Amino acid sequence: MTNKVYKDAKSALEGVKDNMTILVGGFGLCGIPENSIEALRDSGVKGLTCVSNNAGVDDFGLGLLLQTRQIKKMLSSYVGENATFEKQFMSGELELEFCPQGTLAERLRAGGAGIPGFYTPTGVGTKIAEGKEIREFDGREYVLEKGITGDFALVKAWKGDKFGNLVYRKTARNFNPMVATAGKITIAEVEELVEVGELDPDQIHTPGVFVQRIFLGQNHEKRIEQRTVQKRA
Amino acid sequence: MPLSREQIAQRIAQEVKDGYTVNLGIGIPTLVANYIPSTKTVMLQSENGLLGMGPFPIEGQEDADLINAGKQTITALKGSSFFSSADSFAMIRGGHIDLTVLGAMEVDQYGSIANWMVPGKMVKGMGGAMDLVAGAKNVIVAMQHTDKEGNSKLRTKCTLPLTGVQCIKKIVSDFGVIEVTPQGFVLLEYAPDMTAEQVLAATEGKMVVHPECKKMSFN
Repeated sequence: MTNKVYKDAKSALEGVKDNMTILVGGFGLCGIPENSIEALRDSGVKGLTCVSNNAGVDDFGLGLLLQTRQIKKMLSSYVGENATFEKQFMSGELELEFCPQGTLAERLRAGGAGIPGFYTPTGVGTKIAEGKEIREFDGREYVLEKGITGDFALVKAWKGDKFGNLVYRKTARNFNPMVATAGKITIAEVEELVEVGELDPDQIHTPGVFVQRIFLGQNHEKRIEQRTVQKRA
Repeated sequence: MPLSREQIAQRIAQEVKDGYTVNLGIGIPTLVANYIPSTKTVMLQSENGLLGMGPFPIEGQEDADLINAGKQTITALKGSSFFSSADSFAMIRGGHIDLTVLGAMEVDQYGSIANWMVPGKMVKGMGGAMDLVAGAKNVIVAMQHTDKEGNSKLRTKCTLPLTGVQCIKKIVSDFGVIEVTPQGFVLLEYAPDMTAEQVLAATEGKMVVHPECKKMSFN
């Protein structure tokens, strides 16, 4: 069996270069590949196109790569939590393509599944559909959206085995399964790395064939964006 | 007096039927959950990948891996399920969600909605709103009837960039309950201490008063 296990994020990112397209899992700060993002920052590569539902916050997640101006273009559905982003976008330093959240999820799913495009009702008649092919099916209009693939895909899982089989935890799953399928090289960072055979095959969310490199993550902060609680009775 | 945010939410909760699967947007729509009676079994969907969303966790039990689409820490109820964003939007776009409630900057008499972008201002993004309005069987909008200067936000035609075309069926504003029909807006109910005429006067889009239009009451 090919060894997929790397000792850390830095070694797993070997081969990452300027101007690449990087797909990143996570929703807000939930389920983001923290170690891989930090290692990407430390690598110093620039001119990156990043595909991710959100852009982190100023000092965490993809916000780290914005601070260092390593990102040239973002493809996201919502970027509202990040002042650095706003500043760079307004000054024209940063390109931005908005994509509706469900369309983004499906474009990644399609990209990973070998489907170059698909028709969706989302965004018909809006700015998002401008310049795109519209086709009618059974009396309703749909817009053609294209699949997305990346040079690298960075995901975060709860548990993974040495073959790359992954299990996510709760809503930290979000975009990670589709992102995992759509990278030429997919790097998974996990909270727990186990031997092959230890995970129940019936419970695997991402089969290991989609994962080329895996490492045990260190010091995951798992920052909470909006801490909302009820007082203890 | 116009309705408070809580009263708008309370009124929308009456539209939620037993057995419904509902997606609630951020802001007033989130408050709707507080007014769904426990006699109704309702599954709340959060588009980041949870069906069966529960209330905020007890202090100290918050879990960074368990959030809603507003990035707030929440809980999962008995019978809930977690899934990917692709599966989540298969539910939404595929018409498996019974009701979506969201906010709006403008709705026009054709049922088109604008709620994601003001030209010249920093745009945060549409998130899941375009998918939700394109896919849910029933979309109710919770909104203020007029802006701060008193201009109607229920328009003849939306002036802001659209989120969806001809997809809104009902509006609950701080002035009343309005149905969107092929004939334009139809006023079904108006706020206590207001009159139907006042609502008409405050509305730019074409609006008629339903023959059985009534004054709202809250307990």
